[in-house]
Amino acid sequence: MAGGAELARVTAVLQVSGLGVELGGTRVFGEVTFAVGSGEVLGVLGPNGGGKTTLLRAALGLIGVRSGEARLGGRPVKTLSASARSALAAYLPQDRRVAWNLPAWRLAALGLPHIAPVRAKRRALDALAEVGMSGLAERGVLDMSGGERARVLLARLICADSALVMADEPAAGLDPDAQFRVMDVLRGRAERGAAVVVTLHDLTLAARSCDRVAVLASGRLVALGPPAQVLTQQVLGDAFGVDGELTPTRFGPVVAARSGFSDRPDPAVG
Amino acid sequence: MPDGPGGNDRAMRLSLGLAGLLALLCVTAVALGETSLSTHQYRLAFTDAASAPAQILWSIRAPRTAAAALVGAALGLAGAVMQGLLRNPLADPGVLGVSAVSALGASVVIALGLGATVGAIEGAALGGALAAGGLLTILAIRLAEPQTLILFGVALSALGGAATALVFNLSPSPVATAEVLSWLMGSVSNRDWSDVAVGLAPATVGGALCFWSGRGLRMLTLGEETAAMSGLPMARLRAAAVAGTAMLTGAAVAMAGVIGFVGLAAPHLVRRSVSDDPAAAMLPSALAGGALLVAADLAARLIPSSEELKLGVVTALFGAPLFALVVWRAARSWRG
Repeated sequence: MAGGAELARVTAVLQVSGLGVELGGTRVFGEVTFAVGSGEVLGVLGPNGGGKTTLLRAALGLIGVRSGEARLGGRPVKTLSASARSALAAYLPQDRRVAWNLPAWRLAALGLPHIAPVRAKRRALDALAEVGMSGLAERGVLDMSGGERARVLLARLICADSALVMADEPAAGLDPDAQFRVMDVLRGRAERGAAVVVTLHDLTLAARSCDRVAVLASGRLVALGPPAQVLTQQVLGDAFGVDGELTPTRFGPVVAARSGFSDRPDPAVG
Repeated sequence: MPDGPGGNDRAMRLSLGLAGLLALLCVTAVALGETSLSTHQYRLAFTDAASAPAQILWSIRAPRTAAAALVGAALGLAGAVMQGLLRNPLADPGVLGVSAVSALGASVVIALGLGATVGAIEGAALGGALAAGGLLTILAIRLAEPQTLILFGVALSALGGAATALVFNLSPSPVATAEVLSWLMGSVSNRDWSDVAVGLAPATVGGALCFWSGRGLRMLTLGEETAAMSGLPMARLRAAAVAGTAMLTGAAVAMAGVIGFVGLAAPHLVRRSVSDDPAAAMLPSALAGGALLVAADLAARLIPSSEELKLGVVTALFGAPLFALVVWRAARSWRG
């Protein structure tokens, strides 16, 4: 996949160069540079408080940056209008709260606020089918299990066919099968040409479902590359404070680790 | 599937049903009252505009009924928009302090002895609402988080309430105090067409702003961040929702004083039928609010009592048990 990734970088959907962010006077990270191309799944990894969510927000222009810039579709994200940005990128925030008990199709259709309601509903139903939720299209999302609701939110994320699909911990709190399903849906989007950026805590899931991973820790990008090259004992120790390594098994690669080092600096910002 | 392609069939059917109910209640409210009329007198009301029955129906009961319908609709719509904007089923038109400041304006005018001046109370109530609404609109543009807006609203509400208490405190005569208190309880008695006209303009503009903000309210179901990425002009939509609600509330207070509860209850009465959708709930909430208030005013007029019952009292007395019943039935779907 390295060749594909190289090609993708030439036609980057999202390009982040020298990005640095401060929140409340505290530096979250600095000098972060990477690019994500069409057809690629990039996993953003790192310990809690490492700045993954902040990186996603900064890349989308949702928060101001201290240095560097993010370019979306070749244009600086801060020069894009809100509607131009939404036409290029879809974002699933970490906060999964849903205020009202809307039917699943209505929630999914929120991914398409700019097209006629009838067409939006049709595409929302297609997206629900893609995430395996056709049968529950009319059910209220607050009457669903957490896994079902996560898939409906995923349908909302993908129904606009955006060039960039960004998801902040889409697999958090889900059972193993649901985690694989979520990553399969995102992989499917990449295969249809989207650039996918996803933050993950499950390193094994990242190793299996991402073309490349970026490790953000101690305020900088520690490593960037294919999981097999990045998830080394050294990086796992430096970034996560665990003693472990990526191990191939007949079911796919697994990150086996044990609590290792306790001298990892405390995270500065959540 | 109960819904058509756009998914609004149920909301539309509900709105048609509620509009029919509102029309029926309005006809009843004009037909019935303290004075019972004979068939001949009803006929006279339609044939001779100068006759006493015509005066009773068209100059006393009709504007009063129109005021009740308009105030109820304004409060019902404002409540639905507030609940959607703040993503809180407890929100009502008064939650951000607009009614408190509006009531303060009217109280000051009454206490100063200007209550009899044409348009003074209405103008002061509307002015108070617009001043509070203006401040809140600026805050709504800058603050995306509903909690912060609610906290500002609580402060504004407390300030308005305290200042109104101060008016009582410093009021030169107990008569003025009683007058303010009576006005605060809310009523549409003795309203004429000019009173309705005063409220109509701000209610129309406010209503239009609220309906425009609907798609933003629906998007807010998923929180501020998703809404910010949606490409919708969220700051403008939030501002429209707050400014629109302030105008609706101001119009309602100017026409009828402070009437609680309708704005809280009306959205809940329709919520289940519109699948909890904050945008689809707006029109049915307005119609339900109008129907609720016309019915309450009819009850206030027809229930025999030494003094005519105040509308604000009746809405709460009859509305609260009904509301509790609806909430009880809906509670199962709120477990989230």
